[in-house]
Amino acid sequence: MANFTRRKFIQVAGGAAAISTLGFPAIVGAAGGKKVVVVGGGVGGATAAKYIRMADSSIDVTLIEPNTEYYTCFMSNEVLSGHRKMESIKVTYDGLKGHGVNVVHDTVTDIDAAGKKVMTAGGQTFEFDRCVVAPGISFQDNIEGYDAAAMEKMPHAWKAGEQTVLLRKQLEAMPDGGVVAIAAPPNPFRCPPGPYERACQIGMYLQAHKPKSKLIIMDAKDKFSKMGLFKQAFERYYKGTIEWVGASDGGKVTRVDAATNTLYVGDTAHKVDVANVIPAQKAAAIAEKAGLTNDAGWCPIDGRSFESSMQPGVHVIGDASVASPLPKSGYAANSEAKVCAAAIVELLNGREPGDPALVNTCYSVVGPNDAISVAMVYDLQDGKLGKVSGSGGLTPSDSSPEMRSREVQYAYSWFENIKNDSWG
Amino acid sequence: MGCNKKALVALIGSVLMVGATQVNAEPTATMLANTCAGCHGTEGKSVGPASPNLAGISKAYFIDSMNGFKNDERPGTIMNRIAKGYSEAQIDAMAAYFAGLPVYKAEVPHDAAKAKMGAEVYDKSCAKCHDENGALPDDDAGILAGQWLPFLEYSMADFQGGHREMPKKMKKQVEKLSDDEIAAVLNYFASQK
Ligand SMILES: Cc1cc2nc3c(=O)[nH]c(=O)nc-3n(C[C@H](O)[C@H](O)[C@H](O)COP(=O)(O)OP(=O)(O)OC[C@H]3O[C@@H](n4cnc5c(N)ncnc54)[C@H](O)[C@@H]3O)c2cc1C
Repeated sequence: MANFTRRKFIQVAGGAAAISTLGFPAIVGAAGGKKVVVVGGGVGGATAAKYIRMADSSIDVTLIEPNTEYYTCFMSNEVLSGHRKMESIKVTYDGLKGHGVNVVHDTVTDIDAAGKKVMTAGGQTFEFDRCVVAPGISFQDNIEGYDAAAMEKMPHAWKAGEQTVLLRKQLEAMPDGGVVAIAAPPNPFRCPPGPYERACQIGMYLQAHKPKSKLIIMDAKDKFSKMGLFKQAFERYYKGTIEWVGASDGGKVTRVDAATNTLYVGDTAHKVDVANVIPAQKAAAIAEKAGLTNDAGWCPIDGRSFESSMQPGVHVIGDASVASPLPKSGYAANSEAKVCAAAIVELLNGREPGDPALVNTCYSVVGPNDAISVAMVYDLQDGKLGKVSGSGGLTPSDSSPEMRSREVQYAYSWFENIKNDSWG
Repeated sequence: MGCNKKALVALIGSVLMVGATQVNAEPTATMLANTCAGCHGTEGKSVGPASPNLAGISKAYFIDSMNGFKNDERPGTIMNRIAKGYSEAQIDAMAAYFAGLPVYKAEVPHDAAKAKMGAEVYDKSCAKCHDENGALPDDDAGILAGQWLPFLEYSMADFQGGHREMPKKMKKQVEKLSDDEIAAVLNYFASQK
């Protein structure tokens, strides 16, 4: 019976009645109600809400998100270089309303998985049959002194918006000859290539406007995503401007003093002009409050449906979930959301979820007319998410200038399409 | 649902036999096609500026393209890496999905003067194979109408550079055209609504 899959079985046997006879009472119980509440209107939550409505418009979908506009983290590094304005990374929720999603601007304060209820700061309660939680990340206290006040002096800019604007302003105000530090976080974190793409983007700005300045990446790790390709870019475009220091060479920031813009590695002090401190990460606070997180602070899930392994009826997608080997990226969040949406539609209609298919592609614009990418196809293997062997990989290190400039165009294409696919 | 227990039991019996030879459950065509939308737009309608629309393209052309990428016979940036992740049956399913959608022509920024000149080039050199201004999926040549301009330019550069094989008839026509004429006809295709 090893080759026998439950899904095929049910598909042929057909319908909710068949399932009840075969003994999946949980599914049948859900077939009566068709209410979904989505917590968080970032990439993951927005996509899930839209795709549930596209697949089955009889399902009532409420998306709860405090902000009336969302700034994408992707391409926010281009705001730092000045190649892009904040306006171009802004999206609204009008598109989702067009799909019949009930958009509520409020903050979720608790999720009662057993009672199937979501509570908000505004005092509202929403009942659900299935809940999708996509709240993104929050930060861990791995750097002494990096508190809420320090964030205003040493912006992380790891959630796009005010923090992005603040960091850009600091770069603009910095004198030529100044030093910028990026403190890169330990794994796992949102957007593995992000800190290094950011270094390249800021590097472009410095070379054009403040050529005597330097940027140092102080890393909590010894290896990072697309490392060979990034090092090639540092060498090609930013020699003498960008320096990377790995953890074992004294790169791991342990303490900061926001008053003096000083980063400490143990007892060694580095005083800089602009400090972009990106701390270690975990799932956003609401995920922990709702009992969705493991000891490491992330939300384990079932790869077929993204249903929480800890709270039945609640699904977790995007950065907050443990979807490894998928990275914590926008493309992954969008792809996971579609798998989750399809599974929820099946479950609410009394059917077993089908097999998932996922993709990730992440572009990094590393220089003028030069972008690199990583891509991978994923599916379910022995019940777990896995990479499809033979697929994916990085931009070849010897790819031609013509291909690199195409990658920039495809990066921008991706950006327009992912925004539209998620919120449009 | 008129599903009585006896019929069900009979069904299960047969399913069990089928099940024993069933190796893998496959994701649905929609599930597979949804993975493309991050780059090619929801339901294959790209909002640009370089990724081609997939909505309405012919099954044969889709399969041919994916196999070209998969076997590294067609140059690409990430598509060569992605195509390798799908089986023949999965590619077939995706092809059927996109072929089943109505043809989509995007609002593509283009040079109107060039597009005007391109109309003549099209009539003279392309119309024989690329019917209906390049909007007909049935000619199995990919939909060119309302396709994003950088994508059309990259494709032509690959053909001309010998990185992608041109059908004989196309080669003969393309070799007769000047760079300006080629730029014009690409703008013409992009301008089609
Ligand atoms: C600098 C940078 C560059 C990046 N570049 C890329 C890239 O090029 N490509 C790529 O694929 N990815 C990129 N990413 C990663 C991408 O932004 C994230 O992976 C993606 O945003 C994750 O989506 P999400 O839905 O999990 O979380 P988010 O997009 O962060 O959305 C979470 C939402 O939940 C809301 N929320 C939180 N708590 C609550 C609550 N209690 N109640 C209600 N709502 C709540 C928040 O307000 C937020 O809107 C980048 C990230 C950074 C930082």
